[in-house]
Amino acid sequence: MYNEKVVEHFNNPRNVGELPDADAIGENGSFKCGDTMKIYLKVKDGIIEDVRFQTYGCGAAIASSSMLTEIIKGKTIDEALQVSNQDVADELGGLPPLKLHCSNLAADALHDAIANYKKKQGSVVKD
Amino acid sequence: MNKKNVYMDHGATTPVRQEVLEAMLPFFSELYGNPSSLHAKGRDVRKAFEEARRVTAASLGVEPDEIYFTSGGTESNNIALRGAAKKHGSGHIITSSIEHHAVLDVCKDLEKQGFSVTYLPVDKYGLISMEEFESSIKPETFLVSIMAANNEIGTVQPISEIGAIAEKHKILFHTDAVQVVGQMPLNIKELNLDFLSLSAHKFNGPKGVGALYKRKGVKIDPLYHGGGQERKLRPGTENVPGVIGLSKALELAVGELPQKAEELAKLRNRLIEGLVRIDDVVLNGHPEKRLPGNVNVSFKYIEGESVLLSLDLHGIAASSGSACSSGSLDPSHVLSAIGLDHQTAHGSIRFSLGRGNAEEDIDYVLDIIPSIVDRLRQMSPIRKESC
Repeated sequence: MYNEKVVEHFNNPRNVGELPDADAIGENGSFKCGDTMKIYLKVKDGIIEDVRFQTYGCGAAIASSSMLTEIIKGKTIDEALQVSNQDVADELGGLPPLKLHCSNLAADALHDAIANYKKKQGSVVKD
Repeated sequence: MNKKNVYMDHGATTPVRQEVLEAMLPFFSELYGNPSSLHAKGRDVRKAFEEARRVTAASLGVEPDEIYFTSGGTESNNIALRGAAKKHGSGHIITSSIEHHAVLDVCKDLEKQGFSVTYLPVDKYGLISMEEFESSIKPETFLVSIMAANNEIGTVQPISEIGAIAEKHKILFHTDAVQVVGQMPLNIKELNLDFLSLSAHKFNGPKGVGALYKRKGVKIDPLYHGGGQERKLRPGTENVPGVIGLSKALELAVGELPQKAEELAKLRNRLIEGLVRIDDVVLNGHPEKRLPGNVNVSFKYIEGESVLLSLDLHGIAASSGSACSSGSLDPSHVLSAIGLDHQTAHGSIRFSLGRGNAEEDIDYVLDIIPSIVDRLRQMSPIRKESC
């Protein structure tokens, strides 16, 4: 069902866990009815210096969460904002069609984190 | 620990036994005649085919002319339910909300054709209530179809009580016994059954072959028309090797009961006891009234498919009630019907034990599972306090 790369990411996910001093946290999904991802970003000079994730979900959800963290680490906030769900799936070498909704999770959680980060930056400037 | 291959998905299908395969093989080669042919090639096969019917009937404690061979459980269910509906033309059918789709979706389709259907609810263990069943019977009710045991959570229904009530109200009684035949002792003649569906590949027979028991004298309309085989109820040239395999597998399986069921139940209990010792693992289904080979548990805070995938990486084959793979986020209708919240339902795993499973397989699974659960829980953003 899954290709080797997906299974490898599922089995050895990168950047799992929390970042206690995260500059931004993003979430996507619903605890009630399905897959949920939480992403933590450490940002320095506009660059994503560190990232962690926690995911509740199927194999594809965990693998795409892991893949996303690899893609965005070291990227600028603006570059990371360009990363789409499709990019994550492509980088994994494809996901089963029925599983594409799972991969949506990762980029959406990231975009939520970046929105939270920008909000926070904005409020800091205003202060 | 070395990786082992442990198959615990016997509820999905079972391997064909060597003796069954050997019994089938000649019917792919020298015994190729059409049983309807008059010549010796045909007559030899007819003789073996009818002997298989006799063995099948004897294994079930019924008469040979009460057995109709089909392509499996789905077809048997369709022939019985649709056949009875067609004969009656209109009226009311009673079934349960946790039937296999091969009954549930037939009932939904019959609703579209103008029949009315009651879907009986179940309690948290998956049992229907006899009071609710009896009070749902209307003057126009002609059929009740309740599965003998549930395929997902293993709950065994009180079939003999249902039969007694059906008899009292003179309604036809069908049971989908696909999960029970060959796994538990069953006395059809004491159950007031009019129809029973079974499938060979659930008891170490071949896939694509099953049977319908129809009580003598019960009249239904055929769904198919053709060459008149199976007394016109299921025409089409017979699946001879399949039927030979079914009869052999059934004879062997029933011959090993009830000891085999007791052995399986012992293994099942060992697995259940080990699993519920892990934090936040709950048993789904009834603690006692369950299939001897069925274990269904929910691992809280993690999702079933990721557990399955992890088990698979360790060589363990199980299945999941999680619907993630079906493209919908809704959990199975069975887990919803017993009142599980979404999250608990999504963490459900079924281990179905069968022939070939041994104590060491149970211990291997119990050794592996805690680390799988720990790993996935550490990855999960859902914690006890957030639920």
